[in-house]
Amino acid sequence: MELILALDPTVVEITARSLAIAVTSTVIAAILTVPLGGLIHFHNFKGKRAVVNLIQTLYSLPTVTVGLVVFLLLSRSGPFGSLGLLFTPGGMVIGQTILISPIMTGLTIAALSGVGPAVRDTAVSLGASKFQAIFTIMIEARAAMLAAVLLGFGRALSEVGVAMMIGGNIRGYTRVLTTAIALETSRGDIEFSMALGIILISISLIVNLLVNRVQGNWWA
Amino acid sequence: MKGRYLGISGLALILVLLCTSAAAADDEAEEGQKELLRISTTTSLYDTLLLDEMEEIFEGMYDVDVRTVSGGTGIAIERAVRGDADLILVHDVVRERKFIDDGYGLSRTCFAYNYFIIVGPEDDPAGITGMSPSEAMKTIMDEGTENPDLVKFVSRGDDSGTHAREKILWDRAGLDYEEVATSDNTWYVEAGQGMGPTLRMTNEMVGYTLCDTSTFAAYRSELDLVPLIEEGDVLLNVYAAIPVSPAAYPDTNCEMARNFVNYLVSDEGQDLIAEYGTETIGKPLFNPARGNCDLIGCTGDECALQLADDYCSLAEA
Amino acid sequence: MIEARGVWARRGGAEILKDVSLKADRGEILSIIGPTGSGKTTLIRVLNLLDPPNAGRVFFDGVDVTEDEKERFIARRRMSLVFQKPAMFSVSVEKNVSYGLRIRGISSHAIRDRVRSALRDVGLSGYEKRRAFSLSGGEAQRVALARALVTEPELLLLDEATANLDPRTAETIEDLIRGAGEDGLSVVMATHDLNQARRLANRVGVLVGGELVQLGSPEEIFERPRSEDVARFVRARSGW
Repeated sequence: MELILALDPTVVEITARSLAIAVTSTVIAAILTVPLGGLIHFHNFKGKRAVVNLIQTLYSLPTVTVGLVVFLLLSRSGPFGSLGLLFTPGGMVIGQTILISPIMTGLTIAALSGVGPAVRDTAVSLGASKFQAIFTIMIEARAAMLAAVLLGFGRALSEVGVAMMIGGNIRGYTRVLTTAIALETSRGDIEFSMALGIILISISLIVNLLVNRVQGNWWA
Repeated sequence: MKGRYLGISGLALILVLLCTSAAAADDEAEEGQKELLRISTTTSLYDTLLLDEMEEIFEGMYDVDVRTVSGGTGIAIERAVRGDADLILVHDVVRERKFIDDGYGLSRTCFAYNYFIIVGPEDDPAGITGMSPSEAMKTIMDEGTENPDLVKFVSRGDDSGTHAREKILWDRAGLDYEEVATSDNTWYVEAGQGMGPTLRMTNEMVGYTLCDTSTFAAYRSELDLVPLIEEGDVLLNVYAAIPVSPAAYPDTNCEMARNFVNYLVSDEGQDLIAEYGTETIGKPLFNPARGNCDLIGCTGDECALQLADDYCSLAEA
Repeated sequence: MIEARGVWARRGGAEILKDVSLKADRGEILSIIGPTGSGKTTLIRVLNLLDPPNAGRVFFDGVDVTEDEKERFIARRRMSLVFQKPAMFSVSVEKNVSYGLRIRGISSHAIRDRVRSALRDVGLSGYEKRRAFSLSGGEAQRVALARALVTEPELLLLDEATANLDPRTAETIEDLIRGAGEDGLSVVMATHDLNQARRLANRVGVLVGGELVQLGSPEEIFERPRSEDVARFVRARSGW
């Protein structure tokens, strides 16, 4: 049965959409959070500790809560209703980007903190400008930063709260693996549900293996 | 400084562990004394909170802990098929009969009914007011095909009781459901969610949907949609209770399930059903089955009759 | 080339450097000796403009670089520093050595040749593709030196440059330093090895408890120590 599912066009479509949305969210979040994490890490300002604490608290944002908040924002009766993003893949990307940003920011900061002060000293003493030194430190932290991105991707791929509330699980348009699993379970089709779940896990596994390979090739 | 933090968090952890094990012990003690009745029902019924009220009363009548889970009709029945429930309360006569024929249920007892309604925007862009249900559906499709931005229909898309009824409506209109539901039809949106979220989506998209009156009443305050088609035999929605058969699951709490069914069809139960929801929307959400058996097509033993004392032992024979 | 005038440095509440004044001219090798904790490393860091002094001024090639960020940056690019335990970047030896050239925007073609010759000078030919983290202590030290010299600095600062090296490698390094000095490179080297100071330095400064207690030619320091402290230190270390 699972083999049939592997080639079923609907399943392929749902899987492709899951990946597309998760990857897009991760990329956008990375573009936002890496500089943000760098900014926070490399500057000492009043309340820095409070900010970092807040970010870490937001790690455990319930997905349904983020889904609800974004729903209220994108709904017709909300401030951004005119953009028509509710129940669209674009809206889902927005929601998931918001969801995974705290974790990616926090882990970026942690990754950069893990680079010893000697690296900065060495870079500066060899003539690095402020930006060059920051860039060098980020490169030294690249393995940990990749782990941060991977975690963000994993969370986006396997969450259901945001996908359901913002996407609406519309067949052929916003249905992804997680919402499909929820639907099939509620229909009582346990086998199909499990099969989708296995696909989801397999994707995570493959992505993990690929990332590990890349990290292995780096000498960090 | 570090030591102190360690000490405090260690203490907090121990406190949490103590509290949880105390709570768990409490639960176990309770379970040892009280009986358990597990009910599996659909979201349409559950979301109206009628069952919450009935549970409270029932738990006062018997020394029992009633635990209710809800879901789509599919999973509601499936839970009982797997033996995870003692009683199901659903509204899909075809699947109910199959449940009984397959040996999982003993018999069905109708206890309440209401109607499905077609709801939509107040200004009714497709102009379906006054039509019969099937006519209305066909009109929605015609208008929607021409003008998908103006006219949309949102389907449950989840094989629920409501979804099953929707398919019947399309069938009665002479249309092939598969053709209606293809992804190419942008006016037709398959939500794949429960009734509440589907209503919200319909509201957002300013479209039409098929809904049961009780859920609609429950969500009405947050919607701009109004009921447009409320009449028609085909819209009849009958709720039935089916105890799980001891032949299938010997451990099932058949006696207590029987007691609950008897409460449902008792005068007190039927009265409660007849009045429920009147305060919120001015008219009751449900109609009692009592006295309406012919109307709703529940005949003989199925209709609102008390189950005998030896009901459960008969099954085992 | 480089001059410290009345430099004070405070770290963690303690005075590490107290009113230190010295300078090193072009082509001069100045060695700073002193017991552990006397502030040698701090002094080197202040001269490299890594840390600003709490008081006093630093001049590079006649320009006051104590405060102006822009001048500090320009000056820093004209000097190099090799730390006591040098940090390697987690990339190849080649990438490490070429770091200074890459951040200065030198073309990759020129980089390859200069890296090759720098590695040859420190006796590590062929090490380009090796992972920097896989090097032994001595090899890493030599890579750090190559990395510092490849940018052709005008001032080289060393903090215990040969501390972890075997005698033969240390000799290679010392020859390099001597040769660099002859080429016009200024060198300021902190060391606890008095004999090395005697061998290499044109002048020697003695740092004790953050104070520069004597500054002069090697003969002056070792044969005519000015104070009890200096004498004690010199005698204790050179085994008189």
